[in-house]
Amino acid sequence: MSFGDWITQSENIVFLVIALPMVAGAVMVVTSRNVVHAALTLILTLAGSAALFLMLGAEFVAWTLVLVYIGAVIVLFLFGIMITRAPIGRDAVRLDHRRRWPAALVAASVFAVIVTATSLAFPDTEIAEGVVRTDSIGEVLFNRFVIPFEVVSLVLLAALVGGIVLARKDPE
Amino acid sequence: MIVNQFLVLAALLFSLGIYGVLVRRNAVLVLLSVELMLTAVNINLVAFGSMLQESVLTGQIFALFVITVAAAEVGIGLAIVVLIFRNRSSSNIDELDLMKW
Amino acid sequence: MQALNTVLAYAEEAAHHLETDPGGFVGVMVDWAWLIPVVPLVLMFAIVFFGKRLPLKGWELAEGSMAFVAIYGVALLIANWIEPFTVEHHVEIARIGVLPGLGDLVIEWGWVVDGLSIMMYTVVGVVGFFVFTYAKGYMEGDVRFTFFFASFTLFAGGMLVLVSSANMMQLIVGWELVGVASYLLIGHWWEDHANNAAAIKAFITNKIADVGLFVGVIIAGITVGSFRFTDVLDAVEAGDSALARVGFWVGLAMFVGAMGKSAQMPFHVWLPDAMAGPTPVSSLMHAATMVTAGVYLLGRMFPFYQAEGFGDDVKLWIILIGGFTLFFTGLLALVQDDIKKVLAYSTLSQLGYMTAAMGAGAYTAGLFHLFTHAFFKGLLFLAAGSVIHGVHSNNMSDMGGLRKSMPTTYWTFLIGSLALAGVFPLAGFWSKDEILASVKADAFGLGSAADLVLVLAILGAFVTAFYMARTVYLTFFGEYKGEGHPHESPRVMTYPLIGLAVLSAVAGWVLIPGVSEGFTHWLEARLHNPLDGPLHFESIDWAVAGIGTLMALLGIAAGTRLWYRDAPTQLERDRFRIPVLYPLLEHKYYFDDVYMNGIVKPTAGPIARATNWSNNVIIDGVVNFFGATARFLSRYVYGWADQRGIDLAINAAAAAAGETGSVVRRVQTGKVQQYAGALFVGAILLVIGFLIFG
Repeated sequence: MSFGDWITQSENIVFLVIALPMVAGAVMVVTSRNVVHAALTLILTLAGSAALFLMLGAEFVAWTLVLVYIGAVIVLFLFGIMITRAPIGRDAVRLDHRRRWPAALVAASVFAVIVTATSLAFPDTEIAEGVVRTDSIGEVLFNRFVIPFEVVSLVLLAALVGGIVLARKDPE
Repeated sequence: MIVNQFLVLAALLFSLGIYGVLVRRNAVLVLLSVELMLTAVNINLVAFGSMLQESVLTGQIFALFVITVAAAEVGIGLAIVVLIFRNRSSSNIDELDLMKW
Repeated sequence: MQALNTVLAYAEEAAHHLETDPGGFVGVMVDWAWLIPVVPLVLMFAIVFFGKRLPLKGWELAEGSMAFVAIYGVALLIANWIEPFTVEHHVEIARIGVLPGLGDLVIEWGWVVDGLSIMMYTVVGVVGFFVFTYAKGYMEGDVRFTFFFASFTLFAGGMLVLVSSANMMQLIVGWELVGVASYLLIGHWWEDHANNAAAIKAFITNKIADVGLFVGVIIAGITVGSFRFTDVLDAVEAGDSALARVGFWVGLAMFVGAMGKSAQMPFHVWLPDAMAGPTPVSSLMHAATMVTAGVYLLGRMFPFYQAEGFGDDVKLWIILIGGFTLFFTGLLALVQDDIKKVLAYSTLSQLGYMTAAMGAGAYTAGLFHLFTHAFFKGLLFLAAGSVIHGVHSNNMSDMGGLRKSMPTTYWTFLIGSLALAGVFPLAGFWSKDEILASVKADAFGLGSAADLVLVLAILGAFVTAFYMARTVYLTFFGEYKGEGHPHESPRVMTYPLIGLAVLSAVAGWVLIPGVSEGFTHWLEARLHNPLDGPLHFESIDWAVAGIGTLMALLGIAAGTRLWYRDAPTQLERDRFRIPVLYPLLEHKYYFDDVYMNGIVKPTAGPIARATNWSNNVIIDGVVNFFGATARFLSRYVYGWADQRGIDLAINAAAAAAGETGSVVRRVQTGKVQQYAGALFVGAILLVIGFLIFG
């Protein structure tokens, strides 16, 4: 399928409209000199991925992403930034290492390898339309995946307890 | 829609995440980059799930699990960062080389 | 309850390997036998979470689990005695496609209820029950009392998983649970660095040997296409040529695993050091759990070693390693001052007997010795612990004369020692006699190797009696040399001693050739019964029994001559040296008045002197010769082979590792992000490799 054929499908234009800001946001996350900006641009990327999930018919995952990530995790990050007094604004403290090029090289080669591998594996596989409703997610989650579900809830509990234990001040 | 467009986007986000993890000094920013990588993984999972159209919805369920575990990871990760900051007055991870022998 | 019902439903559907299916109440009992390993493990978690809040700090749960296993085991034993049965259940847990072309790897949980496993349930349950009772008194006031009983329950539970397993994968799970629990228990008092080191030593030595077990299990499982014992042994029976091709290596690798857990030379080094743990741990470890695992594995796989063309080439290795272990580690016991170390080397020696019996084709004899040894060695350790509890020292040079202050401990220790030495009619006599007779019978046709091991085993019988006599004299006779006033232990500790002493006395009576053959019948009740062939005896072999008993008595006599003199008081020494004459000499004071000038001096004096002379010159000469030779040999073995040879090799390995480490550690910068970068580079290279070559 040539790029011309691809771009003429209207849904792919929507895809580009969503994806390009996502990539821009991601670039900002890893390059921004301002920690708060980095956290806020992550919202952009995450919101974009939620939109992509809607396109793919994964409604429940999309809304969970919005609630959990944008609603809670980013707030948590902002608290973290505040507590650790990370440099806000363009001040003298360097946020990056000096040697960026090796890191860029590694990242680029990971990208190249993944793209090569996936394009070899799935040349032109179409994605079928179809929306997955929340009730079918719930049915699967509480039948086939009920044990992983319970285990994950234990993980969350452990994380909760662990977070409190780690972050509280020692009673002197 | 072909599956490859999602895969390439995910690969791009994942690589950017790797770049961030490797290059950022501030621990909070490293965690942000990790979130970027996890998002890329989620996109892959959901895209493959839609491609395969399986009845047990493994792709979406796993994306949900990844989101949950990521939330736990952020909670613990930030707690550790706060603890380190309290002990060493710095959250720059290149100053933490205690793992050296 | 839902999950439980699911498991039960599975069990109903699962392929029953039924030889004989007992119906009625026994059938129900057999179907629920999976509770035997599960109850201790569940209660272990209960102890961890709620133990500290309970009135007895979790001990009641641990003791309850052992009581459950003991009662269940004995009930099954009786049922199996009345009417033999063999039942196996398999529940599929997961099915994983590991590698293309190899078929699915089926992970199962199964439980075997046959003669062999019932025997092990009983041993673990009964000995465990007594040891747990005793441990309550011994560990009273310990800082980590609850944690101790959690690990202890895990220890017993792991062993039960091991012996109940119907497939080799589950066996490995039990095997490792036992290993982990032993690590926790040996290092229980980790504040002392030496205990930590001992725990690590035990764990690592076992782990090295475990590699052998893994290799054997994996090769056997993949060759046969199933990890079930029954399937492997079916393949042996059917003469499967693929399995026969790898048979020697499978047999050898599994035997290496057994050598680690059962502490055969050269893997024996961990067991004496494992004395660092609390005494109840040593007791259970040496008697019922852990060290018996290796012998149990050999027993479970016995048809494999028995069959022509499979593991039968390994038999020679097994009998020789067992033979050397039984003799040389027995000698080591002679030069120890720490009472627990004497017993530890003694355990090594007795495990050598079991292994040698297995190698000689004596399935019944080897497991019978495991059975009886569990009772008297458990007893000996508990009694030693009671002594240590009273004296606050492990060293026999701090003991002596405890016979009077600790009578219960003394008598039970004495019974245990005599049983271990093989004195008629205690338990050890019957099992050791069975082993000697089997090695003499040489069912596997090993020729001169069997003859050599027979000689070693007979000499070993002498050595066993010799060091046990020494231990008894140094600990309980003479004068007290330690500090403070030793006192008898509380009843919670002495009652288990009495219980085990009774069992040590009578446990041997279940297998008296020609008289009672109960033990043989228990072990017969299994699929792939290895008992066809000249492996059990119609009657007692009087020659062997006579030589064995003679050696034991000689050993006791030698010990008496050599170590009774350590008693510092002349009075005490003479009382024993001249047992018959002494009362007469003592009463000399009354006779003096009457016979002083007439009869006593001219007659009693020369008689006494003559008796004394013959005693000193002739009997002492024979006895001293044996004693001195044994002492010399043991010094030599301990000093050279153990301390220099094996330690040198281990130190060299450690030094090599250290050198490598000091070079390689430069790579470790401690910077996390450099590690992450290396990780991704490695991943890229791997993927590229797969893309190009895959």
